[in-house]
Amino acid sequence: MLSFIARRLGLLIPTFFGITLLTFALIRLIPGDPVEVMMGERRVDPEMHAQAMERLGLNKPLPVQYLDYIGQLAQGDLGESLRSRESVWSEFTTLFPATLELALAALFFAGVVGLLAGVIAALKRGSLFDHGVMGLSLAGYSMPIFWWGLILIMLFSVSLGWTPVSGRIDPLLDIEPRTGFMLIDSLLSDEEGAFKDALMHLILPAIVLGTIPLAVIARMTRSSMLEVLREDYIRTARAKGLSPARVVFVHGLRNALIPVLTVFGLQVGALLAGAVLTETIFSWPGIGKWLIEAIGARDYPVVQNGILLIACLVILVNFVVDILYGLANPRIRHQR
Amino acid sequence: MSLLQINNLNVRFGDASAVPVVDGLDLAVDAGEIVAIVGESGSGKSVTMMALMGLIDAPGWITADTMSFAGTDMLKLSGRQRRKIVGKDIAMIFQDPMTALNPSYTVGFQIEEVLRQHLGLKGKAARQRALELLEKVEIPAAESRLQAYPHQLSGGMSQRVAIAMAIAGEPKLLIADEPTTALDVTIQAQIMELLVNLQQERNMALILITHDLAVVAETAKRVCVMYAGQAVEVGQVPELFDVPAHPYSEALLAAIPEHSIGAERLATLPGIVPGRYDRPQGCLLSPRCPYVRDNCRTQRPALEPKSQSLARCFYPLNQEVA
Repeated sequence: MLSFIARRLGLLIPTFFGITLLTFALIRLIPGDPVEVMMGERRVDPEMHAQAMERLGLNKPLPVQYLDYIGQLAQGDLGESLRSRESVWSEFTTLFPATLELALAALFFAGVVGLLAGVIAALKRGSLFDHGVMGLSLAGYSMPIFWWGLILIMLFSVSLGWTPVSGRIDPLLDIEPRTGFMLIDSLLSDEEGAFKDALMHLILPAIVLGTIPLAVIARMTRSSMLEVLREDYIRTARAKGLSPARVVFVHGLRNALIPVLTVFGLQVGALLAGAVLTETIFSWPGIGKWLIEAIGARDYPVVQNGILLIACLVILVNFVVDILYGLANPRIRHQR
Repeated sequence: MSLLQINNLNVRFGDASAVPVVDGLDLAVDAGEIVAIVGESGSGKSVTMMALMGLIDAPGWITADTMSFAGTDMLKLSGRQRRKIVGKDIAMIFQDPMTALNPSYTVGFQIEEVLRQHLGLKGKAARQRALELLEKVEIPAAESRLQAYPHQLSGGMSQRVAIAMAIAGEPKLLIADEPTTALDVTIQAQIMELLVNLQQERNMALILITHDLAVVAETAKRVCVMYAGQAVEVGQVPELFDVPAHPYSEALLAAIPEHSIGAERLATLPGIVPGRYDRPQGCLLSPRCPYVRDNCRTQRPALEPKSQSLARCFYPLNQEVA
């Protein structure tokens, strides 16, 4: 187990350099620079421009800039935003709970609905329900998130008026940010109806963000469950006189979950990528929206280190999933 | 009244026109009796027992005139009622012990599950009983095996665990579906010995499904020979082996390798079991039978008393002249 962790940590080093190099290069490939964006539409005075670039250290040759950047990271300094002058770390930690709340809600939606739909489709294989779930999940998987989000806003927010169009909470409500999770903060606040308001704000973005993971989980659960239900130990469980529910959920699902868990872990990366689009569409004040704005403003430190932090997060989650995988599957646990 | 009474059992997969996988099977088993069911693969041995256990899924369906167990009509039971009997009074062990246990749960959990389900035992009491059961099936270091996962056990050990699970509910009838086929020869004898000991100690009925006629000769009191879904001969053990009435029984006995010592080739019955599309109109064995006569091809014989056994044949062998 220890050597496994050491091996995985060893892999982090090349990954880390890859990410820093990529974000560093890609953001500079986009035409324009932070100073130009800040000065806006007005004609940029070349002298002022050069001064500003020098102040930001952006006039140095690129390799030197990259080494400066790495040196800064090595000291644990993530730099500060060129726009707000706030440290990237503090901006990230302020905004991250919003993204985490959205992502968890989306995963919860995807997990619960996806597992149930997958299990039922497997049990009723070849039925209308099965074909329906598989067809819908293919559609869900193929759907562009931004289009799907806009359609849902048009239907539920604009036409039916069931849910708010954007944001996390009604701006008229005064919610003290204690945990950063709006659902919890709104419960803790004295504002009446705040929790319901927060929940209504959360539903649509969570559905939009959860659609692709939902489709993947439903399909994976179905095929994995179909395989497991043919196993001899399912026959044994039935021969013990156990109830069908116990056979399916205790003896079947437990084994069927093993491959689903891996997919679940892989979806976290997709989820954070999806969060960028979802947050932009719903004006959700999380790191996705923050990154998009940072790219627009060519806010190099925010883009570079924001993406680095997200990448670390994805790696961390997959790491945790690998350990969970061992817990779920005794055969793997004993190999290590 | 027998412990288990099955009359005219039919199992079909598909609609009513489908060829029955089990075709008009009659079987009676008394309390404390060992009955063997023999026959080649696909002859319907396992399916018969699966039907009794209620393990036949759609599109499979069963019909029978009688299927009663200890006075209960198994045909009239709801799923819930059936599950009170299955796993408790009727238990079954399967062919491949390495895949018959759930890989995600410990041995202890899987045994205790039966105790909780059928005997209402929980916690310490269940654990204690599971330990006793493992000791009963002669598993060494039983205490530590409770925490073991199936992949940590050998095949013979897994089959012992499966047996412990099966006897956990104190069954009146134990069905062993080729319990030794997947095991090493040395282990086979040990497992058979264990099964017979348990059977005698508890006075359970034991239905032994097997290919191994040597095992049948050693253990069973009665034997039912199946061919293409039908019982073709049912008789007492030494008699059926000595003077088989049905040509198929004779061919099966002749196919034992030991009977061909000195011969260049093993004795075989030419041809294959009839399938879905070439099921004969008359006796199912008629295309392969060395003694076939004209009416065998057009009329189907019934299972009737012959001099030593019940046989499904117009011209039974080894008959005493009256």
